[in-house]
Amino acid sequence: MPPANPQANVRVVTLTIDGQDLSARADETIIEVCRENQIPIPSLCYLDGLSIWGACRLCLVELEGQNRLFAACSTRVAEGMRITTQTERLRRYRRTIVELLFAERSHICSVCVSNNHCELQTLAQKCGVDHVRIPYRQARYQMDSSHELFRLDHNRCILCTRCVRVCDEIEGAHTWDVMGRGSDCQVITDLAQPWGESETCTGCGKCVQVCPTGALVKQGTSAGEMVKDKHFLPILARRRHAP
Amino acid sequence: MNDTHLSHDPLTPLPNPPPPGGREPDTAGATRIRVATAWLDGCSGCHMSFLDMDERLVDLAQQLDIVYSPLVDAKVLPDQVDVGILEGAISSEDDLRHAQEFRKHCKLLISLGDCAVNGNVPAMRNPFKLEAVLDHAFRETATTQPQIPTVGVPPLFRQVRPVHACVAVDVFVPGCPPPADAIFYVLTELIEGRTPDPSKVTRFGA
Amino acid sequence: MNLDDLAELAEGYRAKEAGNAYEARVCMAASCQSSGAPAVLTALTQALGEGEGETGCKVKGVGCMGLCSAGPLVAIAPQGADLMGSTLYRDVKPEDAADIMASVGGAPLERLRCPTDQPFFARQRRIVLENSGIIDPDSCKGYVAVGGYAALVQALGEMTPAEVLREVTASGLRGRGGGGYPAGLKWSTVAKVPGDQKYVICNADEGDPGAFMDRAVLESDPHRVLEGMAIAAYAIGASKGYLYVRAEYPLAVERLTTAIRKAKRSGFLGARIAETSFSFEVEIRLGAGAFVCGEETALMASIEGNRGQPRPRPPYPAESGLWGCPTLINNVETFANIAPIIRNGGDWFAAIGTEKSKGTKVFALAGTIANTGLIEVPMGTRLRDIIEAIGGGIPGGKAFKAVQTGGPSGGCIPETHLDIPVDYDSLKTLGTIMGSGGMIVMDETADMVDVARYFMEFCMTESCGKCIPCRAGTQQMHALLDSIARGRGTRQDLALLEELCEVVQATSLCGLGQTAPNPVLSTLKYFREEYEAKLSGT
Repeated sequence: MPPANPQANVRVVTLTIDGQDLSARADETIIEVCRENQIPIPSLCYLDGLSIWGACRLCLVELEGQNRLFAACSTRVAEGMRITTQTERLRRYRRTIVELLFAERSHICSVCVSNNHCELQTLAQKCGVDHVRIPYRQARYQMDSSHELFRLDHNRCILCTRCVRVCDEIEGAHTWDVMGRGSDCQVITDLAQPWGESETCTGCGKCVQVCPTGALVKQGTSAGEMVKDKHFLPILARRRHAP
Repeated sequence: MNDTHLSHDPLTPLPNPPPPGGREPDTAGATRIRVATAWLDGCSGCHMSFLDMDERLVDLAQQLDIVYSPLVDAKVLPDQVDVGILEGAISSEDDLRHAQEFRKHCKLLISLGDCAVNGNVPAMRNPFKLEAVLDHAFRETATTQPQIPTVGVPPLFRQVRPVHACVAVDVFVPGCPPPADAIFYVLTELIEGRTPDPSKVTRFGA
Repeated sequence: MNLDDLAELAEGYRAKEAGNAYEARVCMAASCQSSGAPAVLTALTQALGEGEGETGCKVKGVGCMGLCSAGPLVAIAPQGADLMGSTLYRDVKPEDAADIMASVGGAPLERLRCPTDQPFFARQRRIVLENSGIIDPDSCKGYVAVGGYAALVQALGEMTPAEVLREVTASGLRGRGGGGYPAGLKWSTVAKVPGDQKYVICNADEGDPGAFMDRAVLESDPHRVLEGMAIAAYAIGASKGYLYVRAEYPLAVERLTTAIRKAKRSGFLGARIAETSFSFEVEIRLGAGAFVCGEETALMASIEGNRGQPRPRPPYPAESGLWGCPTLINNVETFANIAPIIRNGGDWFAAIGTEKSKGTKVFALAGTIANTGLIEVPMGTRLRDIIEAIGGGIPGGKAFKAVQTGGPSGGCIPETHLDIPVDYDSLKTLGTIMGSGGMIVMDETADMVDVARYFMEFCMTESCGKCIPCRAGTQQMHALLDSIARGRGTRQDLALLEELCEVVQATSLCGLGQTAPNPVLSTLKYFREEYEAKLSGT
């Protein structure tokens, strides 16, 4: 996504990603350049059109000459940067992070309304997660079916906060937020009231469309029926930020 | 039995066992791979998917022998089996014993389907107390003779576990059920002496 | 106001006290208060009243004297003397008050005497704590009387901001919050970033288990921290500062509030400080008890009124901090070092300590050690000296096993490495960190798996939940440690634990997650056999 206030004097830099020579505007992030050039890089919390969150840690990449890893979503490109997006170490870390997610809550794909349309499910396949070595937590989370149009299943939430950000940044309602700490974190509507009783929710459904998993879905959908459409987001975001 | 421990070293992917296929044919013709299958706590859908390989089964039958399976008549697991295929999660003492026997007698063990791979639907009872689940299933919702069966049924574990939480598993084929094509791919790769990568052809919930 | 005016002012304050040949200083920091210091102070005041003031003695509440395990502490000091020059009494009870007052000016009361020539006091070098236990923390005049605010007046009146930066850089002072980032570099970075509005933040969200250095500094010498902040604000061009203090430190908050009020009234804070054009306001913000808010980006989010969660860096606070403005954020002890650096020069400070770790460091000694309390030693002091000489070794005839430094982000150091000098880099080579200065000493009975589990539980419950590796990883690591500690873990569990340590360390968003595996990794490094012994056969 172009920055909120595109500046005329932004420099163009050249860099290397996985050995490929590329050019990019100096105000772009690594992940934006990767997406432009069809370089696959896994991510969950990043979404074109929303602010940077930097929490899923799946888009971590290696930079030549640097010991630590950098999140591609929150790192701007620089002249001469040499980036590697796929190494044995990165693949192992990503695999473990996806496994941690699956072990954290009950993501049972076969009975999920988002089955076959789920970013987490696709990601697991892409990262080669064919089983989870980490013990399942078996924690029980609630569902909220109080909204007449939508449903929230905390069991399938990965806390990417896309719903929180789209509601705040695009819809302007800020119905969603996060409460609690650590593994007790949960997304909430208003001050943790049932969604159906929320006074701020406009019922626009943007949160449902951007949710990567089956945590936010339309009422009345059954297994595999929830197909989401995020195309509105970059368009709306650009219009919102147009000078 | 500990609910959380893994039975193989999670650090290193399992050293790929020598694939059972690709051997020298003996003088009497090609040695056929001996395959055993069983379903634990599952719905048998994965076995149905196995049958969905349809006419390809005829070709496969030239190269493998099903020596033990709910699909055939043999009632005893032979001592030496090349490939063991387990469908279903570990929910009862019976399931565990079955899995352990398979591990003992099979050179290579495959977790077939989501129940075996991640617990899937059977594991959805895990966040609840076992007593509450039994009560709900056999008393609260029963319309005739509400009672919890105790005779002739294996005792249930409090937690349902995937197969690899109990015994070491070599190949994972997720899916609910895994498509017939995925099963065919895995078996032909093994026959060819290669290590299959099922994530190319199937996934959780597929 | 120039330095001469200030010196005159200080002279005046000292002259007022000159009538009292002695001071009975009662430690009124949190630790001694909790063992009964307020009653002792009252009793001493009464005893003084009964003596009809003929002793020429004044009873005064002061800050921490260091030897917390011997509290309540009372020092009978000749006017102007430091701790070493005083007669120190330990474990004082209110009923001892009359005897103590009677002894003033005569022979010391032997039954309560706590020798000040013992290594605990003699081996320390006090810079940060120089006024601690001597001045009344609630008195701005008391601070000025011992030379307080001279550095600020000197900086404002005689130095350019660039000169202040030069002294701080020359001092080699590194951030005392744990990271050890060069303070001079941080300051000059913020100074160079353009911006009309800049902020100075003092991080007083000390949360490591067993650490109480910052609390003691704030409770004993709050003006010193304010002075450091004001000098920093002048150097970087800020006009507004925040002191982020955890709400669990009510006494520190109370003393800071008083200090800010009095400093403003005396013209050392607020508008037109010391009659110059420089203005600097300080506001206190209370933390609501989240450890992660000690992380600078989470701390700033909290000050802004948002959920205390870290965000990716860069941009660093120096570039885009509080409300997007350039922000300087340092810890309490770092700011407390500033005034002496300005007063005595950066070179003076750089002469103390080791090549790469300059100055002194305050440590909180806790755990199974004879002298628990607060100490300050030059960087590079051998760990063995700190534990055996200053700390008095392990009580009860038990053997030393390990010392934990750096809290939940640090690691354990075994007996074989006790001879290392304590500085940022040496500790790092051992797999631990300097941290903010907590030192927990453990004897032979300590169970190292349990220690690792304890710190992992801390990290798990303090994880903000934003990034997956920390949120879910600490949870899983804790479950594995718990399983191992209970004798139910397997070799595979241990392997998985080590793998998770690596992933969480390498991939977490902020320092809390990145360092959460350290206690496990260091105990595995030095005490692996304890883990192995607990593994179950299967």
